[in-house]
Amino acid sequence: MSVEELIVEPAQKAAPRKSPWRKLLEDPQAVVTASLLLVIAILGILTPLLTQHGPNEASLDAINAPMGSPGYPLGGDQNGQDILTRLLHSINTSMISGLIGTSVALAIGVTFGLIGGYYGRKLQGATEWVFSLIMTFPGILLLIILMPLTKGDYRSTMLIYGVLLSPGIYRIVRNQVVGVKNELFVDAAKVSGLSDLRILARHVLFVVRGPIIIAAAFLGGSAIGLQSGLAFLGVGSNTIPSFGAMIADGFLNLYEEPTQFLWPSMLLGVITASMVLLGNALRDAFEGVRPKPVKRSVVKKQAAQTGAREATGPEVLLSVRDLAIAYRTPSGELKEVVKGVNLTLDGGHTLGLVGESGSGKTQTAFAILGVLPPEAVITRGSITLNGRELLGLSERELRDLRGRSIAYIPQEPMSNLDPSFSVGDQLIEGIRASAGMPAKEAKERVLALLKRVGIQDPQRTFNSYPHQISGGMAQRVLIAGAVASRPKLLIADEPTTALDVTVQAEILDLLRDLQAELNMAVLLVTHNFGVVADICDRIAVMQDGEIVESGKALDIFAAPDHPYTAMLLNSILDEYTVRSDAPMATHNTAGK
Amino acid sequence: MIPYILRRFGAGILLALLVTLITFTLLSFSFDAVVRARLGSATTPEAVAAMTATLGFDRPVLVQYFDWLGGVLRGDFGTSLFTSEPVGPAVASRLAVTLSVVLVALVITVIISVALGVVAATRGGVVDRLAQAASLFGYVVPGLLIAIVLVVVFAINLRLLPATGYTPFNVNPSKWAATITIPVIVLVIAGAANITAQVRGTMIDELRKDYVRTLRTRGISTRSIVLKHALRNAAGPALTVLSFEFITMLGGALIIEKVFALPGFGTFAFNSSLQGDITVIMGITLFSVLLVVSINLLVDLVNGWLNPKARIF
Repeated sequence: MSVEELIVEPAQKAAPRKSPWRKLLEDPQAVVTASLLLVIAILGILTPLLTQHGPNEASLDAINAPMGSPGYPLGGDQNGQDILTRLLHSINTSMISGLIGTSVALAIGVTFGLIGGYYGRKLQGATEWVFSLIMTFPGILLLIILMPLTKGDYRSTMLIYGVLLSPGIYRIVRNQVVGVKNELFVDAAKVSGLSDLRILARHVLFVVRGPIIIAAAFLGGSAIGLQSGLAFLGVGSNTIPSFGAMIADGFLNLYEEPTQFLWPSMLLGVITASMVLLGNALRDAFEGVRPKPVKRSVVKKQAAQTGAREATGPEVLLSVRDLAIAYRTPSGELKEVVKGVNLTLDGGHTLGLVGESGSGKTQTAFAILGVLPPEAVITRGSITLNGRELLGLSERELRDLRGRSIAYIPQEPMSNLDPSFSVGDQLIEGIRASAGMPAKEAKERVLALLKRVGIQDPQRTFNSYPHQISGGMAQRVLIAGAVASRPKLLIADEPTTALDVTVQAEILDLLRDLQAELNMAVLLVTHNFGVVADICDRIAVMQDGEIVESGKALDIFAAPDHPYTAMLLNSILDEYTVRSDAPMATHNTAGK
Repeated sequence: MIPYILRRFGAGILLALLVTLITFTLLSFSFDAVVRARLGSATTPEAVAAMTATLGFDRPVLVQYFDWLGGVLRGDFGTSLFTSEPVGPAVASRLAVTLSVVLVALVITVIISVALGVVAATRGGVVDRLAQAASLFGYVVPGLLIAIVLVVVFAINLRLLPATGYTPFNVNPSKWAATITIPVIVLVIAGAANITAQVRGTMIDELRKDYVRTLRTRGISTRSIVLKHALRNAAGPALTVLSFEFITMLGGALIIEKVFALPGFGTFAFNSSLQGDITVIMGITLFSVLLVVSINLLVDLVNGWLNPKARIF
C-alpha cells in the first residue's frame, strides 16, 4: 500500500482519540451484555439470601410442581427440587467454571507468552512445541479420558480445560511481545537500565491488555459452554447443580413440563451469548471496528454535475477537470484529500505529477485508473480519456479500457505480484484478458516482453514465483505486464522509489525507451524531482490535494513560481545528485 | 517430498508415544479405584491385591506402558477390562460412526463457508450483515441447545427424521443419511459460523492487497480476481482454521452422539472412561492422536501445494 493511501489518517487523528473504555460505555452492545452478566452474577452471589431451599433439598410435594406454587416460584423438578434454587446455584457453578478455566488459561498463556516472546529463540522453540502439542489435541475427549483422574469434579475438569485453552492466549501474547520488543521504546527502556522484568511488566503488558481482555471474554464463554456440555453428558456429581444437568433432566421431561427445560436453556443461552457479544464489543473498542467488505463497484460519484468542460483539442489524451476525492471521517463528514485537480496530458508525452507523500497524487492516479479504495468518494469533477468520460463507467466498461488503453506500474514491486501464481501465469492472464489471444501466442508474447524489459533468462523468470525473484526484476515484470497490450496511457506510480539506486536509473531508461517505442503517454507520479528531470515534458506540482503549479519541465526547473515547488526542488535536487551520480556513470560506460 | 513426509510422520509417531505415555501415567493414579470399581463395595484387601496382580497394575507404570506398547506394535490393542471385547475392532467400528458424521459435516461446512464468506466479503451490504448475523448466531447459541431444538422440531414434532439411533451406510444408505442429518446440521451450524467468519476476514484482507489492484488494472475480470487469485491466497489460513475445526468437531460429536444416541467414538470414550476401562481408554487415546496427526500432515501437504513459498515438492 502506498503512503498516499494513508492520507485519511490525519483526519482521524484530528479528532481526540477516545479511550477504549469510553468507547465501550457508548456501545449499547457492550453495555447491555455487560449489565446482563453483572446482574446474573449478582443473582448468583446473592443465592443464599434469595432461596428458601438447599440446592439438593427435595420434597415429595414439589415433584413437578407448577410455576407459582408457594415456595416454588418457578416450580419443582422431577426430583422435587426447587427449580429457582437450582438455577441460582447453577449460575455459580458456571461462573466458577468460567473463572477457573479463564484464569488458568490466562496465567499459563501470559506467562509463557511473555517468556517465549521476549527471550531467545531456543526457549521460544520449546514453548512453541509444547503449545502446538496441546493445541492439536481434541480437548473434550481428553477431559473425558482423564475422568478417572478428575473424578468428574467440575473444578478439576476446568483446571485441565484452562491448560487446553492456554495456547490461544500464548499465541496472542507472544505475537504482541515480539512486535513490542522490536519497538523503540523497549530499546530505550533497556538503555536506561531497567531490568527485563520491569520492561515486560510495564510496557508489554500494557500493550497486550486489549487482546487479552477480548480473548478472556471468549474463553469464559467457552469454558461455561463446555462445563454445561459435560454436565449434560452426566459427568460429575449430581449433587452439584448445573445448567447442563438441569437441561438433561428437563429434556427427559420435555413434554410434561417444558419449562423445566426452558429455564436453564434460556439462562445458559443468555450467559454464553452475552459473553460472545461482549467479546465482540470489546474487540471493536480495543482494535477498532473490523474491516468492511471490499465492495467492488463503480466509484461512488456524488453530485455528478461536472464543471464547464473546456474544449479539448484532438491531441489531448487525458484530461482531468476539477477532480475532488473525499473520505468519510469517523464522525461521518466527508474530508477532501484531492481538491479540484486539473491535469492535461497529450498523446505520447510525459507528465510528472510531483508532490510529497500525502499530497493526493496517488489518489489522483487511482481515480484515473478507477481503482480507488471502496471508501473513497469522488465528489466532483471529470476524467476523460480520448474525450470519453471515465467517471461513472461500470467495472465492466473500465475493464475493457484497462490494459489496452490505460496501464499501471505500481510503486512496491513485491506486493504487487500475486504470491501464489508464477510470473508467467500472471502475465499471460493479463494479456489474454486485455488482448484476447490464444494461450500459446500469449506465452510467446510474454517471453518476448520479459526479454524486452531486460530480463536475462526469460524462461526461468516466466516459471518463477514472485518470492524467487529480486525487487528490480519484479519491477521489470510489472512493467512488462503494464505495457503488454500496448496501452495509450501508462500511469507509473513512483516506479523507482522502492528500488536500489543502481536499478533506478535502468528502470527509468527502460521506461523512456518503451515510451518512444510504443508512443505511449506517461503519467509519472513521483516525489523525486530528479526522476522528473530525467523524462518529463511537463510537470504538475501537487500540495495538499491541489495543483499549485504546472508547466513545462524546463521552465519550472529554471524558475519555480510557487515557494513549495522551490522548496521541493532545493531539497530533492541535492538528494538526487548524490544518489544518481554513480549509476549514471556505470550506465554510460556499460551501455556503450 | 518423501523425506519430508517421513520426517513429519516420524514426528507424529513421537507425539503419539508421548501423549499415550502421559495419559497412561495420569491414569495410573486411578488404578486402585478401577480395581475397587470392578470388585464392588463389599471387598477385602486380599481380593483387591489379587485383582491388582491379575490386571498387572502392581508392576511399575513404565513396564506396564511398554507392555501395552509392545502389544500395539504386534497389532494387539488389548481387550476391554469389563467386556473382554478386543479394543482395536471396537474402537475402529465406533470411529467409523463418528467420522461419517464429522466428515460429511466438514464437507458441507466448507461449501457453505466458502460460498457465504466470499459473497459477504465481496458484496457487502445486506448479504454481509446476514452472513455475519448467521455466523454470530452459530457462535452464540450452544450446540447442545441447537441439537435439542432440532430433535424436538424435526424428529419428534414433524416426525421427518429419526430422533435417535444409527444405521450404517453399507446397511441402508438412505436410512444412514436420515440418521445423520440432524447431527450433521448441528455440527455444520457451529462449524460454518467459525469458518465463514474466517473466510470473510481473509478474503477482505486479500482483496485489499496491492496485487489485486494491479491485476484489476490489467483488465482481469472481477470473477477471476476473487475466485482465482484472492481465494487461492486466502485458502491457506482458512485451511489451518479448518483443521482446528475438525478437531473441535470430533470433540463436539461427543455431545451430539449423546443427544442422538449414536454409537460413536465419543459415547464409547465416555462410557469406558466412566467405568475406568484403562485398555479401552488407551486405545481411544492412541486412535485419536493418530487421527489428529494424519489430519495435520494432510493440511501441511495441501498448504505446501497452495503456497509456493512453503512448497516442498
